[in-house]
Amino acid sequence: MKPARRARPGRFRSQLAYHLLLSPTVILVIIFSYIPMVGILMAFQKYNVTKGIFGSPFIGLDNFIRVFTANNIDQVMFNTVFIATMKIIAGLVASVTFALLLNELRSRVFVRTVQTMIYLPYFLSWVILSGILIEILSPSTGVVNNLIKSLGFQPIYFLGKDTLFPYVLVASDTWKNFGYGTIIYLAALTSIDPSLYEAARVDGANYNQQLRHITLPGILPIITLMSVLSLGNLLNAGFDQVFNMINPQVYTTGEILDLTVYNLGIRKANFSTATAVGLVKSLISFVLITVSFRLARRFAGYHIF
Amino acid sequence: MAIRKSPQRTAFLVFDYAFLLLSALLCLFPLVHVLAISFSSAVAAAAGRVSIFPVEFTLASYEYVASKGAFWTAFGVSVMRIALILPLTLLVTVMAAYPMSKSAKVFRARPFYTYFLLITMLFSGGLIPWFLTIRGLGINNTIWALVIPGIAQVFNTILLMNFIRDLPAELEEAAVVDGGGPLTILFRIILPLMKPALATISLFVIVGNWNEWFTGIILMDHPSKYPLQSYLQSIISPTTNIQLIDPKNLDLLKKINERTFKAAQIFIAMFPVLVLYPFLQKYFTKGLVLGSVKG
Repeated sequence: MKPARRARPGRFRSQLAYHLLLSPTVILVIIFSYIPMVGILMAFQKYNVTKGIFGSPFIGLDNFIRVFTANNIDQVMFNTVFIATMKIIAGLVASVTFALLLNELRSRVFVRTVQTMIYLPYFLSWVILSGILIEILSPSTGVVNNLIKSLGFQPIYFLGKDTLFPYVLVASDTWKNFGYGTIIYLAALTSIDPSLYEAARVDGANYNQQLRHITLPGILPIITLMSVLSLGNLLNAGFDQVFNMINPQVYTTGEILDLTVYNLGIRKANFSTATAVGLVKSLISFVLITVSFRLARRFAGYHIF
Repeated sequence: MAIRKSPQRTAFLVFDYAFLLLSALLCLFPLVHVLAISFSSAVAAAAGRVSIFPVEFTLASYEYVASKGAFWTAFGVSVMRIALILPLTLLVTVMAAYPMSKSAKVFRARPFYTYFLLITMLFSGGLIPWFLTIRGLGINNTIWALVIPGIAQVFNTILLMNFIRDLPAELEEAAVVDGGGPLTILFRIILPLMKPALATISLFVIVGNWNEWFTGIILMDHPSKYPLQSYLQSIISPTTNIQLIDPKNLDLLKKINERTFKAAQIFIAMFPVLVLYPFLQKYFTKGLVLGSVKG
């Protein structure tokens, strides 16, 4: 064992400087992330605004029992997981398909143009996109239903029919986000070593064989990584989107956990019950995210810090 | 030797080009359609005669928006928000990223800070405690509610941290030999090299804050303090029906209706993003890959 080295002069000062540099971030993170974690205590209280978190009486698990015996909570949980899962799958399929199709083309101008066109909605907010969707999907004046009517069919109330609404959410979410996925997968495809394809061609492999034995294995790691990381989003069905597109007719199939928290907490000022719902969501998400990070590290060597 | 294309391959390529072009046009169509409506007359829009080009071209909807003080107040709030949050975010993030880029040998408390930040990515107190914390600080109903909670973003810190790590170590070693302390090194040597990374983060911050609408809705009691997207949210949401009654503008009102008016506001709200789009395309993906997917 080596003897402990004496600290170099100035070493303490540089440690101090590092702490000081981090201090604004530390203070902000404490205020906006850690103090709210203490606020979770509310979930176990009959919270009273005037008494505050240290004066309100504790009532054990009553808030949880009340919320999770309410008759629509099963439906809300189902909606959340169903919508989130469908979005993950649809997004993955669309992005990979588009990346594969773009990868077959030689014209860089064309590829670039298509990318530019499909990537744009990614940068627009759900307020704007839902404004656009409400306009074009309107059953009376929307351009989509005008087309449907001119073909001799009945207009479809895309945003007002509960059986249809989740699929409209999934489709429009894919519209917004698949351009981003496409770019990620296309980058992975173009980084596949071209000599692999040359070798395969010399050996007489046809296009399908090249696709199966070179292209797909080439992007499998990134597909795995993206899928694993999306696991953490299983309870994130997209609050921004749902909030801006939902209406009373489609609440049964469109209400998701985050919306329940909003309605209970912000609309009805029922802080304790809303925090209880939020806590259950945070705990499940915590497990999912931790598992997904572990899996990502094991299978793709991915690490965050 | 040119590779001869089989008939199947040619057929596939034709299909490939056609499919991609059609899909891309379809993705863009809703945006173009709403833009066309905003420039069309109310009569043409109501009759369903507008597709991708304006019909009976008019700027009436835009003139009406221009006359709406509330819209421009909200626009101003959004601009102000970004003008405040951008420099603060850059400063705070640069300061945090530098020590985080050090190994545990050099900065002994780094593992502690790693967990400190990592925990916030894994777990959160949820909406209500966050909301009550900000109200407890008393910054609701002020512009600071739209600024301060958004300054420290762990994701941005990671992105900059990775960027600093990829810089050649010799630069710093030379400065250490010359007796430079961490602050000198960070602000004299590292910072000037960080321009591309700072550009990326600036774009994240600008677009993210321009698009953010929820904080405004829940933390401002009066719509006059809303940023633009919150204001738009309040007029676009399916349950609101705006009343276009304003005797001063009767002439304009003959040429517009609720739909052309909303369309014009939607377009103005996305205009800044459209202007930034070429840069977003260039930096965004690179930044995301740099920040998140590290092999």
